Amino acid sequence: MCLAVPAKVLELRDDNMALVDISGTQREISLMVLDGDAAPGDYVLIHVGYAIEKIDEEEAARTLAMFEEMSLLDEEVPEGEDPLV
Amino acid sequence: MSVLTAFRDSERARSIIERIHRRNTGDISIMEFCGGHTVAIFRSGIRSVMPESVRMLSGPGCPVCVTSNADLDRAVALAKTPGVTITTYGDMLKVPGSRESLMQVRAQGYPVEIVYSTLDALKLAEEQPDREIVFFAIGFETTAPAAAAAVLQARKRGLKNFSICSVMKLTIPGARALLAMGEVKVDGVIGPGHVSSIIGSDAWRFLPEEHGIPVAISGFEPLDLLAATDAIMEMHEQRRPALVNTYSRVVRPEGNRKAWGAVEEVFTLDEAGWRGFGIIPESGLVLREEFADFDADRRFDITVEDSEEHPACRCGEVLRGVITPHECKVFGTACTPESPLGPCMVSSEGSCAAYYHYQRQLA
Repeated sequence: MCLAVPAKVLELRDDNMALVDISGTQREISLMVLDGDAAPGDYVLIHVGYAIEKIDEEEAARTLAMFEEMSLLDEEVPEGEDPLV
Repeated sequence: MSVLTAFRDSERARSIIERIHRRNTGDISIMEFCGGHTVAIFRSGIRSVMPESVRMLSGPGCPVCVTSNADLDRAVALAKTPGVTITTYGDMLKVPGSRESLMQVRAQGYPVEIVYSTLDALKLAEEQPDREIVFFAIGFETTAPAAAAAVLQARKRGLKNFSICSVMKLTIPGARALLAMGEVKVDGVIGPGHVSSIIGSDAWRFLPEEHGIPVAISGFEPLDLLAATDAIMEMHEQRRPALVNTYSRVVRPEGNRKAWGAVEEVFTLDEAGWRGFGIIPESGLVLREEFADFDADRRFDITVEDSEEHPACRCGEVLRGVITPHECKVFGTACTPESPLGPCMVSSEGSCAAYYHYQRQLA
């Protein structure tokens, strides 16, 4: 139900709509609840016809690098700090 | 797109699986609260590569499944109201209410339309000004902005024949209710990725802070789920419960303020009945007074009586993680996806359906 699929923005259209490419299929979706602007070339997540969030490619690369490390917690909890702060 | 396929990379997956197997975590029960995770965990075969000490549990993360029969019966009654066309997402159609499903109602000739989006329901209202178009809105925080946007659009366009019957629910009160019942041991939680994209990862801080339960917000690719599981195991091992966000390419700490702002503009909180849980206070979204014109419950006088559950269906216990589908006597016999007795077998995200498709035989 909360399934959301990645899509590439192709062009912006009137009324806060955009044409996107979802794995090769073109669809018109709404940008009405997207926080911030989307531009052609951006990747967004589509859920029931609305873009709900951008996909941050730099952040994705950082996450992949983090997965390579021995621990995911170092990012979250610097040495000697209480994790709940 | 490399950013997508990278999270399915088998080499990277293998290294995280090896790390998981090197851990000395001991017995650990990890629960997800998201139907999408239920399916992704089965589909990717993650269960089969986990050490025996790791139990993967599913919580009440499927909005179709937690919808009570009383609410379903209300949709059925609305569908039979003269002049009304019910529109809803496809997941709802086959769910048996007390007496019939929307699919059966449609077979009797009543107009029940499946829509992909609330945008389609709005379009229908514009094309058929002589019909009352009612959108039966189910879903969690991910789906609520689409319903809110539709109401705001309907008001802007001056549509007088569009309304919403909301049975939308919030995941956090559901998670809190489950923990308060104390029926199942939960050592760690895989946090729902798309719900969190709307409400923010910070919304889950109550798990480590109030319950001492580690939580890892996860996406839906194999690597996301493996990394989230690994992070939970590490926190459990070190007795350092915290919040880790392994889906930061989508989920921000504060979430999508604009989307949630739209939800708060249109809806307010009310108690809601959940299958398997009963009434949970402040867990449902209902239209605010100023949007009463768009509230199907206010516009149509619907009374539903004598809602009942199928006596053999144990969906309620499945949703609370108390039993696995295999423990239900009718699983795979009287209750199958073709002829479901309960919603957990209907919805593609339901635990029973996932077990039926991916793990029919007891291991």
